Amino acid sequence: MSDANNRALGAYRSNFLKEVEANVEEGHWVKMCMQCGVCAGSCPLGPHWQHSPQKIFMMIRAGKRDEVLTSDSMWMCTSCYNCIVRCPRKLPITHIMHGLANYAHRLGLAPKGQPTREIAKLFWDNLVKTGRVNELKFSLAMYFKDGFGQGIKNAMAMQGVGLGLVKAKRLNPLELLGGHGCKDKAGIHKMVAKAREIEDRRKGLA
Amino acid sequence: MADNKFAAYICSGCGIGDVLDVKSLEKIAQKEGKMAVVKNHSFLCNAEGVQMIRDDIANDGVTHLCIAACSRRAKAEAFSFPTAAVSRANLREGVLWVVAEGSDHDEVRQEMAEDYVRMGCAEVKKMKVPAGNPNKAENKRILVVGGGMSGMTAALAAADAGYDVVLVEKTGSLGGFARNLVKRVPFNAPHAEAQPTGVEELAAQVAGNPGITVHLNSTLAETAGSPGRFLAKVAQESGAVTEEAVGAIVQATGFTTYDIAKLPELGGGQANVVDQAGLEALAKAANGGAIKRADGKIVSSVVFVQCAGQRDETGTHLPYCSGHCCATSIKQAMYFKDANPDVDTVVMYQDLRVPGMGEDFYRSAQKKGVLFTKGKASRVAGGDTCKVTFRDLILDEENTVDADLVVLATGQVPSAGVDLDAWSAVVTKAEGGDEAAKAQREEMRSTSVLKLTYRQGPDMPQFKHGFADSHFICFPYETRRTGIYAAGPVRRPMDMFQAQEDATGAALKAIQAVENASAGRAAHPRAWDLSFPSARLEGCTQCKRCTVECPFGAIDEDERRFPLFNEQRCRRCGTCMGACPVRVISFENYSCDTVGSQIKAVNVPDEFEEKPRVLILACENDAYPALDMAGLQRHVYSAFVRAIPVRCLGSVNTIWITDALNSGYDGIMLMGCKKGDDYQCHFVKGSEMAYYRMSKIDDTLKQLGLEPERVATHEVAITDNVRVARMINDYVAQLQDIGPSPMKGFG
Repeated sequence: MSDANNRALGAYRSNFLKEVEANVEEGHWVKMCMQCGVCAGSCPLGPHWQHSPQKIFMMIRAGKRDEVLTSDSMWMCTSCYNCIVRCPRKLPITHIMHGLANYAHRLGLAPKGQPTREIAKLFWDNLVKTGRVNELKFSLAMYFKDGFGQGIKNAMAMQGVGLGLVKAKRLNPLELLGGHGCKDKAGIHKMVAKAREIEDRRKGLA
Repeated sequence: MADNKFAAYICSGCGIGDVLDVKSLEKIAQKEGKMAVVKNHSFLCNAEGVQMIRDDIANDGVTHLCIAACSRRAKAEAFSFPTAAVSRANLREGVLWVVAEGSDHDEVRQEMAEDYVRMGCAEVKKMKVPAGNPNKAENKRILVVGGGMSGMTAALAAADAGYDVVLVEKTGSLGGFARNLVKRVPFNAPHAEAQPTGVEELAAQVAGNPGITVHLNSTLAETAGSPGRFLAKVAQESGAVTEEAVGAIVQATGFTTYDIAKLPELGGGQANVVDQAGLEALAKAANGGAIKRADGKIVSSVVFVQCAGQRDETGTHLPYCSGHCCATSIKQAMYFKDANPDVDTVVMYQDLRVPGMGEDFYRSAQKKGVLFTKGKASRVAGGDTCKVTFRDLILDEENTVDADLVVLATGQVPSAGVDLDAWSAVVTKAEGGDEAAKAQREEMRSTSVLKLTYRQGPDMPQFKHGFADSHFICFPYETRRTGIYAAGPVRRPMDMFQAQEDATGAALKAIQAVENASAGRAAHPRAWDLSFPSARLEGCTQCKRCTVECPFGAIDEDERRFPLFNEQRCRRCGTCMGACPVRVISFENYSCDTVGSQIKAVNVPDEFEEKPRVLILACENDAYPALDMAGLQRHVYSAFVRAIPVRCLGSVNTIWITDALNSGYDGIMLMGCKKGDDYQCHFVKGSEMAYYRMSKIDDTLKQLGLEPERVATHEVAITDNVRVARMINDYVAQLQDIGPSPMKGFG
């Protein structure tokens, strides 16, 4: 990953905006921001971010590559779409935030231990294994992400909910043994690998 | 002239007859008003009613009419009898619609109506039919000073409307500042790309127009006269002088750029720091190719610093925003991007303002990759690599950016000629015999644009920040020099599109002025008015208050120091009439007497009746319409008030105040337009003069043993219909607390 980062650094040097335009989903919109601040004022999580979307866009233009890509701000987006609805310049701000987060993750610059990032990663890994989300394994992975002892504690705390789900036939304990999946698992894996290959080629990450 | 015959016509339509006792109003008009003919009609403004009046004028020799019906602002076409003097008693908007309904109020309502009839009859007796200005001025040519975009546009607009135009241009060619531009900001959809300036085509049209006489390399050596009869001496560089007789003048003398040398902290004067005009020159030299600096290096990065020496709060530089510079920098950044998209272009702004459809232009530049940084530049270091130090206003931190070239967006400085305030100070000294001041006066005169021979000074007054005069809020093309109109950036900072629009407006104003002057009428805002002021010189004490206080410089002094009215310059506001301490100035249909007799005609009850009387002197431009609107909207106000419209609060003579107080009125409300820097007074200084005069009246009131609250001055806007009714009611309540005037019964 850091190889990709070095490559990106070499290609763009001071012009981070061009890098974002080329590599970040919807990144070509960043230059259209007119710095009105409506997104920053509309975000329900506004006070909890280090940098508002307005600031993120300004930082991109100012070439603050490290600060933007290591920021945890875009990971805080809950996709409420308030900013998109209100942006007078019609920037797809939510998508840009996710695009930036993804790009930072792929470069290995995203903040370690950021909970949104962790859950997203667990979800993705769980999903691509069989082509279906295994809810039991996903829950357990969440419980045990901070170590075995914490995992047991988490599981005990959630015991009642879990048993309730089993009784209501919303949760099958046998899923632990592999669980159901798509018919053509190999095909899914191939498809995902190909998509990644295309993306990497396009974004210079390969 | 035949004998005067007075007639009163009382309308009982619109519900007047249902609520008021019209028979008794007739009796009042006959007995107290001494009207020879008194008639009533159930629908006076219809064809039959109007015909009745016409017949009386034609067959019965009626010369003076009092029409007691609706407000003078209503049915003006129906009740237009040019050969007769007409007064209007406002029974509908002034009584019927504003006095509370119900029989409880019958008595006060009837009293109010009766007073208005008395007032109408008293007024018309003192009126004459205005004969029109016998001193007509019929020259309809239009002089345009300045041959830039504004001047050429004004000249063509006037010529297209069929008026002969004389255009005077200081330089050797038409085109002005626009000639130096590569392209202009787009005027048309989709507002995405800069457009050709079109200046050559416009110059060719002007040069080829048979109705336009162009004087190049010429300035004005002297301008004398008044609307319809200006005489301008056009001096050529060679020294030859041509006399041009014209009817009106459009001053389109444009602007100069703010001197970049005054901005050393922003790199002014250093290598590779230019202003927007400098960048145009570089772009012109590049002729569509890569733009090079003065030292020949191709520019690969450029920073535009907006608001350079503008919007300055320290008082060192221009305090205002020049309006066009954001769009101009966007256009210039496009010069670079269009030639080579890889050139780094940064526009550093504090507030990006792109008036009109400029937002589309801004977006277009963003699409081309022009970078916009919200920041305030504090220091620019010129040199081979320029360095701009700035505060990033979004990230709230100091930052720097390097560039091959820095462009400073400096502002427009108007070329409006002499500042009359400074001028009059110098003139006062010079007249006192100060030799240095005399030399300074000649020096100032040489910088004048119009070189007017007016006693008020050689140019038009300046409004703010050295821009030529403008009635900024209500009538932007109007100035305090009748028949002389400012257009383009000399009037306020603006871009080319606005300047061309402005020029067309000013040309139409000039046409209006010559047409009015040739018909012997006043100019805006009393464009129909045939009356003009005259002074009874036997009574004049030569105090010069009228000449000084006239907002329009319409009054000169003759060799014996008597006022000399210049009817074409006069706007008929009556500020001179209000100023005159000996009341010798009057109009044929508006005078100290026409208003004074109305004040005295009101029947003031004695103190035991507990019916106060409040006189309202309301400016007919805004306050009186607001009162009418209050009626139209049925906002009830006290029936104890009697409103008299005045041409301008500036025409209020203190004798009216004295008369009213002596007659036992309990209070007087003066209602005029907003005064001060953002004035709305139609006659610019009228309401301010009224405030000033009334501020002096407090002492007099105290001497008479009256409370200062008995005279109240208010600013009323035309939209204040709700407020005006509340103001009246509050004031009447306040007066009831103070108690009746002690002057009752002495009048």
